[in-house]
Order: sequence, then C-alpha cells, then structure tokens
Amino acid sequence: MASIIVPANPSESRAGRFGVYGGRYVPETLVAALDELEHAYDEAKADAAFQAELSSLLKDYAGRPTPLYFAKRLTESLGGAKIYLKREDLLHTGAHKINNALGQGLLAKRMGKKRVIAETGAGQHGVATATVCALLGLECVVYMGDVDMERQDLNVKRMRLLGAEVRGVSSGSKTLKDAISEAMRDWVTNVRTTYYLLGSALGAHPYPTMVRDFHRVISKELKQQILKKEGRLPTAIIACVGGGSNAIGAFYEFIGDRQVRLIGVEAGGRGRALGEHAARFQGGAPGVLQGTFSYVLQDEDGQIALTHSVSAGLDYASIGPEHAALHDSGRAEYVSCDDAAALDAVVKLARTEGILPALESAHAVAEAIRIAPALAPSDILVVNLSGRGDKDMGILARELKL
Amino acid sequence: MPIRFDHKPGLVVYLTAGDPSLDATREIAIAAIDAGADVIELGVPFSDPLADGPIVQRASERALARGTRLRDVLALAREIRAARPRAGLVIFSYLNPILRYGLHRFADEAAATGVDGVLATDMIVEEAAEYLAEMGRVNLAPIFLAAPTSPDARLEAIAKYSKGFVYAISRVGVTGTQQSVASDAATLVERIRRYTRLPVAVGFGISNAEHVAQVAEFADAAVIGSAIVELVERATRENGAETAPGAVARFIKGLGLRDAALAR
Repeated sequence: MASIIVPANPSESRAGRFGVYGGRYVPETLVAALDELEHAYDEAKADAAFQAELSSLLKDYAGRPTPLYFAKRLTESLGGAKIYLKREDLLHTGAHKINNALGQGLLAKRMGKKRVIAETGAGQHGVATATVCALLGLECVVYMGDVDMERQDLNVKRMRLLGAEVRGVSSGSKTLKDAISEAMRDWVTNVRTTYYLLGSALGAHPYPTMVRDFHRVISKELKQQILKKEGRLPTAIIACVGGGSNAIGAFYEFIGDRQVRLIGVEAGGRGRALGEHAARFQGGAPGVLQGTFSYVLQDEDGQIALTHSVSAGLDYASIGPEHAALHDSGRAEYVSCDDAAALDAVVKLARTEGILPALESAHAVAEAIRIAPALAPSDILVVNLSGRGDKDMGILARELKL
Repeated sequence: MPIRFDHKPGLVVYLTAGDPSLDATREIAIAAIDAGADVIELGVPFSDPLADGPIVQRASERALARGTRLRDVLALAREIRAARPRAGLVIFSYLNPILRYGLHRFADEAAATGVDGVLATDMIVEEAAEYLAEMGRVNLAPIFLAAPTSPDARLEAIAKYSKGFVYAISRVGVTGTQQSVASDAATLVERIRRYTRLPVAVGFGISNAEHVAQVAEFADAAVIGSAIVELVERATRENGAETAPGAVARFIKGLGLRDAALAR
C-alpha cells in the first residue's frame, strides 16, 4: 500500500509524472483500484513467467516480430529519403492495439478479474480487447461512441462476433472521449469486479506508463531491424498520434538517441478552427481530462472542445501525457496532417506498394510523403504503420468515390 | 463563516448552476435554504462529467447550452451569499474549468464571493498540494470525497486535509437516485470518524425522507443532488421554471429534518 504523501508541488508527486504532465485526477472511488492495478502491474512486470507468457502470445498468436519493410516504389516515386514501414498492420486483429490488449488481458486474468471493459474509437482497440477476452475466457463490454459505431461498423460487427457486448454512447460528441467517460462510469460502479482495459497511453497513472511499456516492443524490434538492414539509426521515426500509444511505442527506445527525429502526426481534420481538428499541440492548452494532466483542446472556460478527424482513432481532445512532456522538452516534434492529405496518402501507398493503411496510420504516411522529397537519399524515414485500412472501406468508398 | 449544520440530520443540496437558468438557480437555492438546507453546493457545469449519472449529465448539458460559465457561477454565489448570509455555500466543480480559470485567480475570486468551501470532484489528496495551498491562502474549506473503496490510510489523509465536512460517498458508482441507502455507507462513516471530528455528510443516491432518516442514524448530514436536480428538471418542464423553487422547498420540508438545537 502506497503511503499518502502530499508533495510540495504537483510535479513532485508520485510516479506517473512525465515532466509536469500525467498524474492521477479521478473520482476517489477509483483510487484504490488504480493503486491495486499499479501494484499488480509492477509485480507482473518483474515476473519472468508473466513476461514469457506475453512474449509467447505476441509471437505465436499476434504475429510478432512485425517486419520492417523497405517501401521501394514509394521511395522511388518521391525521390528523396528511403522510407521504411514498420508493419504493425500485419498483426492479428489488424493494428498495434493487440500488443497492449494481450498484456493487460493477461494482467486482468492474473488479478482474478472476470469482467473486462474497454473504450474504443476506431474500433481497433475494441476488437483487440474482444479478441483477447475470447482467448482468455473473460466477459467483455466495449463502449463506443454512436458516431464511431456508424463509421466503423465493420469493427462493431467483429466485436460482436467475438462475443463482446458493444454499448453505444450517445452523450457529448459521441466519439472516443465520450466512450472513455462512459467506461469510467462503468468502472466506478463495478470497480470491485471489473478490469478497465484502457486502450491508449492516456488516463490516470499507471495507464500511460503501462500502455507504453506494452507497446515498447515496437521500437525494440525496430531498432534491431534498422541496424541490421542499414547499419545505422534512422533520420526520423514518424507515427500518428491520437492518444499516442503507437507513437510512444515506436519512439520510446530512441528517446536517448538524440540524432533520431521523432515526429508525431496529429489529425488536422478539415480546418484550423477549434472543433474542426484534433491537433492538441495546435490550439490545445494544458488541462485535466479523464484522469490525466496533458494538452487538451478546450474553450476559454475549460469546457472540452469537440474534435473532428476523418479517422476515428485520432479524434480525441487530449493526448497522452508523455507526448506532452516530449513536446515541451522539444525531444519530439508534432505536426498535423489534414483529412485530405491522409486520404491521398492511403491512395498513394495502396498504388505504389499494394498496402492499404488505416486512416490513422495514413496521417503518418502523409508526413513521410511530405518531407521525403526534400531529404537526401542517404536519409532514412521509418513510418510506424500502426494499422491496416480494411476497417475504413466504408469511409474510403465514400470519400474516394470508389 | 464556518460551515455548520443546524438540522439533524444536516442537509446539503447540490444544484447544477444555470439549470434551467442562473436566476432560477438563485431562487431555488434561496428556497432550499429557507426550507432547511444547511449547505448549498453550486455545481459548475462541465462538458465531460464522468463522475455523474444521466440526471446531472443532462442538467450540465442544459446549463452549458445556455452559456453558463464559471464566472457566472461565482457571481451567482455572491448573490446567494448576500441574500442568505448564514447558509453554507460550496463551489462544486470538475478540475479543468478551475485550472483554465487559473487556480490562484479562482481562489481569490471564490473567496471574495463569500463561499465557504470548494469540492473538486477529480482532485484527490495526493495531487492536491498546490490546491490545498491556494485554498488555505484564502481560507476556503477544501472538501474531499471519501469512498467505500478508500483504504484507511487514504481516509486518514482525506480527513486530515478536509475542512468544513467530509463527503462520504454512500456506494460505488456515479451520482444518481437509488432505492435504498447502501450498507457501505454506515461502515464508511464509522471508519472516517476514527480520523476526524469534522461532520460527515453522506451523498450519492440519497433521494427521499426514508433515506435521510437512515443517514441520520449514523452521519451528520445527507447530501441530495440528483433527486433535486431531477425535481427541478420536471417542475421546469411541466409547470415552468418559476415553479421549481416551490417544488424544491416542498420536497425539503417533506424530508423530516429537525432543528438540531431542539433535537438535542
């Protein structure tokens, strides 16, 4: 049991701070559950048997390691830096989300929780959670905004097929933010029996740290693979950032390698006005949303702003607290890419490489397409291709008039 | 003036400020005080009230749709304080509107309105150093929530840093009405009392005279939120906002509160 220490200033509070960001801002009812989770995670992390079971599932069930693929035709068509793709899209269930879902699913089982709840935006985390719950024999309830249920209908049906109950959320913007609030309401009500399997590097401590740790495997593999293929570190790593789980996973092992640029790509949506995008570093301000202190898109009264992105997975008003710290320290750069550029990137990657990226991941592809031509052929860009685009066929058919 | 409970049990009434309008909230608060409320919690509407059930969520949405801002709630508090100098007044808010306003500025301005305390739903004791310093600087009572899930070490810290009263959450879950008072509540209050002589108020799901009578057996005060917010919603919808103060006053008079001096 952690001791109750009131710190001299908030940045000196307990673990779970990234610079001044992070922390734990939740209703009191949840604090004991977060302490229990933190304790259980610390134990599991140090337990060789737990790590071995997770590694085995990541390899044989999820399909790790994922390839690092040289996108030769994309590179040639842009005429600049070499572009590599880290193929998280090839994982079971179609996105990086399975890394964390397996880790936390095993943790839930270890903690003796029989009921798992999750939120989802694009549905990839929901599908990953439903999958892991099926695998481990756990009851699964997924909260999803009504808007997202409509635009990611295929994933709703996948979750149901896997045995999960999908509960629509009709409050607020009816997207990821509202799904998280509803999941937290469920957790606060059923806290004694339920495990909340949060899907991004967000929320109250220990989630941002734990989720990052489960995705750290991305950058561990990536570092070995690029050294093997190129004999040196890349010029830049590019990843899309919604809550920020795939990006922090892809960045983490390179944070100490100062020569490697870390580029996070936020959703620029359809305009620069508040409500038209989800670029927290362009118009957001530090604040508290859903348990953590980070950059938040909000109005001058501290009410959380509506957001827009063509990709449900990036459509969120806040960002993981570790990204806020990396932003402020200048270690990572954050740019944005609008809906149109993301859609163009889908087409470009599909037609040069035969790879259909998720709309979320397409934001990172778009940034590579934007900056590659001005770089030298000796430069290396690695795009973390966090998910595949099958789930987006409805939107793509409509937007691209297929 | 310190928060005091003149009734047995004491009554804390939560109102979502600005629902159905700021003027209506003022009249409802005054009617509630005159009918027996010892403390009014003025709820600052928030876009993402994750600790609240559907009733308070709806009220917050209506208040925000009318453009209710934190500074309006502070102005409202000043009006209620002027009209009823002896009543307890607490600002009840999620953290983000306060942070955006500026903690220092908020503390100054809240104190200047004459409110007695502040309850920030998503502020827990571990994160509260700066918040406590600001509350202390302007002599506002920080009120923390204690939950049935809080272990003893947390209850001790919550009791230590709370002023005015300790708010005991009767059951796990979000705000809302319910059939009966959970058995969790009495146990929690007993555990809290090991660490403090402050009054303990019990809230979440307290909806009627029967619940209030149950709470009276083990706690100093009952907090009624959703039941009154729902009453305001219904009275406004069915008979107009001007009928809400009367409806709330009748509801409170039916709760069976007794004057604490006579009760002794």
